[in-house]
Amino acid sequence: MIRVIASRVASAVPILILVSLITFGMIHMIPGGPAAAIAGLSATPQQIAEINHNLGLDKPLPVQLYRWYDQVLHGNLGTSLLLGQPVSQAIMIRLPVTFGLSLYALVITLAIGLSSGILAALRQNTWVDQVAMIFSIIGISLPNFYLALLMIIFFAVDLGWLPSGGYVPFFDDPLGWLGAMTLPAISLALLLTGLLARITRSTMLEVLRQDYIRTARAKGLPQRQVVLKHALANAMIPIVTVIGIIVSLLLSGAVVTETIFSLPGIGQLLTEAVLNRDYPMVQGGVLVVTALMVGVNILVDVLYAALDPRVRYHAS
Amino acid sequence: MSLLEVAGLTTTFATERGEIAAVEEVNFSLEAGEVLGVVGESGSGKSVTALTVMGLLPRPPARIAAGSVRFAGQELTSLSDREMRRIRGPGIAMVFQEPMTSLNPVFTIGEQIIETIRAHERAGAAAGFARTVELLEKVGIPSAAERMSAYPHQLSGGQRQRVMLAIALACRPRLLIADEPTTALDVTIQAQILDLLLDLRDEFGMALIVITHNIGVIAETADRVLVMYAGRIVEEAPVAGIFDRPAHPYTRALLASAPALDAPLAAGHLPAIPGTLPDPRHRPPGCRFAPRCELAIPACSAALPPLTAVGPGHAASCIRLGA
Repeated sequence: MIRVIASRVASAVPILILVSLITFGMIHMIPGGPAAAIAGLSATPQQIAEINHNLGLDKPLPVQLYRWYDQVLHGNLGTSLLLGQPVSQAIMIRLPVTFGLSLYALVITLAIGLSSGILAALRQNTWVDQVAMIFSIIGISLPNFYLALLMIIFFAVDLGWLPSGGYVPFFDDPLGWLGAMTLPAISLALLLTGLLARITRSTMLEVLRQDYIRTARAKGLPQRQVVLKHALANAMIPIVTVIGIIVSLLLSGAVVTETIFSLPGIGQLLTEAVLNRDYPMVQGGVLVVTALMVGVNILVDVLYAALDPRVRYHAS
Repeated sequence: MSLLEVAGLTTTFATERGEIAAVEEVNFSLEAGEVLGVVGESGSGKSVTALTVMGLLPRPPARIAAGSVRFAGQELTSLSDREMRRIRGPGIAMVFQEPMTSLNPVFTIGEQIIETIRAHERAGAAAGFARTVELLEKVGIPSAAERMSAYPHQLSGGQRQRVMLAIALACRPRLLIADEPTTALDVTIQAQILDLLLDLRDEFGMALIVITHNIGVIAETADRVLVMYAGRIVEEAPVAGIFDRPAHPYTRALLASAPALDAPLAAGHLPAIPGTLPDPRHRPPGCRFAPRCELAIPACSAALPPLTAVGPGHAASCIRLGA
């Protein structure tokens, strides 16, 4: 098992290098630069050139790239040009917001997606199945920014139940956090819940047809045990793959959601960094997000081995 | 009172083109400790009969359209799911044809046996473990205690079928239904599993129903035989009667198409029954075997032939019995 994890971690290195190269290339290809944003509208060309010189932006690109890698390998992601604070510090402040939002949305997705998918499979072709699948189609096809705006109008503006935006740190006020995060989390989770419900349903239907389910029934096991133990343990193997993809989508979906609900998370941080050509911030932020995604995928691989003994023995 | 009495059993399946009967008006009974062989081609209704008795057919699409199944005096067809689950295991247990896929791949074999015991009895972890090891030894798994933590994919087909037997025997059933228990196995393993089945029958004092398309398996195991064709019983007889005086033309054709070890093959090939089983949606009127039967006369297609006694405990449904 440790060897599996080690090999996955090792294979993450080329991914990180490739992603940072692409990010570097793209951010430098788009016109404009940070100097204009720093110096303001009235800046003279001399001032701009001076800022560029001070930041090392007048050096050839390969030199800039080499300097950045050199910094990163020494554990330094550089300093944000716009905020003036270290990139790593800016990320660490914003990360709990995105992390909390994603986790909340993941809990909603798993709770509703898995249970409605299992229920729909058990009651295949009944009204329960149809209602669950209609809701999942609505969830998949409704754009989540649109739903977010509808929910703000209805729950925040008309009913006044929940705030329309803004962030409350969890450790300052857990209930306030819950209030601030509920609408964003629902709007973020909706599409993924629909997706997970449909995949859980089709996987469960497939598994429930297997011979070992008939064996479990022939043994006289209670229905609950047949479904939640024998069927679910097998269905979880493909479902975990989907959950891995869902976590990646949560992190990227958080960008839009954070902007709509004005939550100060990674998504908002990166959006502003890109708009202001804050090169170190973009490079560092993307690197951290990529590392998180790779981490999630390693976790999925480990879960596979935990769930499926055939994978476990094959790997060792 | 017989251990199992099946009377007038008709099981149908709802399909897009209407309801079709997989099993029709099946009658048989089984005494405690008896071994009943059920033989017939694939699609003759053997497995559906067994699964109906076990209550394992998904309903819908399956439906018991008529008849009764009485086990130890209790009517099974009207039991709730919960009541039926208590019969499966300690009352009736079943072993299936496909040992490769009948065990759950993600649980150890020990777990799959222990949970069977625990579903029906209060058993502590230590007692459950000890009983499971004992069961594995009984079905001939070497170094049973160590194999408890093995997963199905680590076992051979024969060993998996032995584990299936251990699961079936875990609660000492009064009746064991073995549906094609050896079909998926190598010939040498087949004989071992059949011997094991009979030994276990003696040891556990249970009745046994062996379902097979292989008439040789019947010869080795059964006391009494049912021959099924297109969802109906066409002949019922003590095992000696089937082999010495087969009455129904279908039974005779089945026997003729089984290779005999002591006689050279005539003309170098095995005789086969011409034609195929009738489509259940368009079954012929009258005797279902008539279109494939050498002895068929126009009267055969006029009405279903009744089951007629031809000897003690021996009956066949054919109007050409004397021919």
